[in-house]
Amino acid sequence: MLSDLFPNVKAEDMIEATYETLYMTILSLIGVIIFGILLGLLLYLTNKNGIWENKYIYQITSAVVNIFRAVPFIILILLLFPFTGFLMGTVRGPNAAIPALIIGSAPFYARLVEIALVEVDKGVVEAAKSMGAKTKTIIFKVLLPESMPALVSGITVTAIALIGYTAMAGVIGAGGLGNRAHYYGFMRRDFDVVVVCTIIIVIIVFIFQFIGDMISKRIDKR
Amino acid sequence: MISIEGLSKIFKQDNKQLKAVDNLNLKINQGEIYGIIGYSGAGKSTFVRLLNRLEEPSSGKIFIDKQEITSLKSNELRLARREIGMIFQHFNLLWSRTVKENIAFPLEIAGISKDKREKRVQELIDLVGLSGRENAYPSQLSGGQKQRVGIARALANKPKVLLCDEATSALDPETTNSILELLVDINAKMKLTIILITHEMHVIRKICNRVAVMENGKVVEQGDVLDVFQKPQQAVTKKFVEQVMGNDEDNEMINQLIANSTTGKILRLQFIGESTNQALISEVSRKFNVDINILQGKITQTQHGAFGTLYVQMNGEKEVIEQACQFIVNETSVELEVIENAI
Repeated sequence: MLSDLFPNVKAEDMIEATYETLYMTILSLIGVIIFGILLGLLLYLTNKNGIWENKYIYQITSAVVNIFRAVPFIILILLLFPFTGFLMGTVRGPNAAIPALIIGSAPFYARLVEIALVEVDKGVVEAAKSMGAKTKTIIFKVLLPESMPALVSGITVTAIALIGYTAMAGVIGAGGLGNRAHYYGFMRRDFDVVVVCTIIIVIIVFIFQFIGDMISKRIDKR
Repeated sequence: MISIEGLSKIFKQDNKQLKAVDNLNLKINQGEIYGIIGYSGAGKSTFVRLLNRLEEPSSGKIFIDKQEITSLKSNELRLARREIGMIFQHFNLLWSRTVKENIAFPLEIAGISKDKREKRVQELIDLVGLSGRENAYPSQLSGGQKQRVGIARALANKPKVLLCDEATSALDPETTNSILELLVDINAKMKLTIILITHEMHVIRKICNRVAVMENGKVVEQGDVLDVFQKPQQAVTKKFVEQVMGNDEDNEMINQLIANSTTGKILRLQFIGESTNQALISEVSRKFNVDINILQGKITQTQHGAFGTLYVQMNGEKEVIEQACQFIVNETSVELEVIENAI
């Protein structure tokens, strides 16, 4: 019955495309979390009244973050073609998309991290200082744990944006559900493929949101 | 124990200079509870934060236990801070940690092994009376309980000094009292020097041995709590004393009584220190054939005994009243003043 409704949809192709989308999303998400937190911490710590207050480093970091956020993702991929080719040895397939996905999303997440850190009670940081804590201790035992719910919901938002980006990357040859919807659905006028790809992407987004909300709620002891 | 020499802190804001702490000199003895009182903006909070260099002093020197805090490098300062506990108005607990984990935090910073940490945390929980709440999160505690966690945390590394920055200002009166009692208890048990910042005179009265009054970044008056209560010199100090003792707005009632009383004498009795413990009134009326009618008064307790004022009307034969007054003046430490005219 389902094959009547979607005559051009092949289950194994869809499973492969879903797998590619998840592969790109999760791998790049890991990169985004690492670079986003590093950049976010750098922004927070070098900002005014920060532990490493430094106008120049803050402004340079902030400018870089803003530039990468300003470039539309589809153009960013094209701009990064030479870099991707050099780094990954190819400009096609899921692996080739990962550098662009990370570079495109990490600055966005960095801002969310910065906001999350600003929300941490200054008094608690001060209390840690009054106990003789090192900066390292303050980062790992105060700032990150105390901002964890906001960091996690930031990850959720970023992951969902990433799923959208993977679809865009798919259109120019990265594979995944976007690729499938474009080449096998749109180009061949098999619109049932586009519909199924859309449904799967929506389901993935829902699952990410659900998991993110659940974790965020569980770790929030406020 | 603590000596502060010429300490100043100047904040610069858009070409304006604000002297938050202005050439402050102070000596605080080992084991005493030293109160610093002032209105908001007097510079008292800045002052206490200078002591562990949460604020960097603009000039001046701070010595704690012969160690010059102001000359320490950042590494040395971190070590010195472990010996200076601090508690805050808003408690500043980590909400992501349980009571136990919050108290263990300074021990983690000091690099103490897990076994020893757990033992010490248990001792502290018992000390501040939080047994049974070890695994609660701060959000599940009342204000008083949160401050108890704050105190336990500040004491974890066995500090020499405890700094209290408006530690009771966010608490209701009853909880304030229980926290103050805990501080007195700790002071006695551990011989810990406590420096306490507040804008409430009753906090000073209840637990401090000595007090400094701050205004515009300067100490305008200091001394034993009893002396300051008895003879406040500065206007600001008088205001603070009135917080606890009430002011003389009830004089009208006495004036009326004086006007109406044809017999006897109106006396003002000033109690200072231990003398309040004597049963003065009943002793006098037993010894001499006089009736004593208490008109108005207020007696309050400090760490060094009680003090206060009583207005009484003494009735009886003129000579007997004279004798009774002589007795009070000569035989007791109560100061006596005969009020003839309306105040």
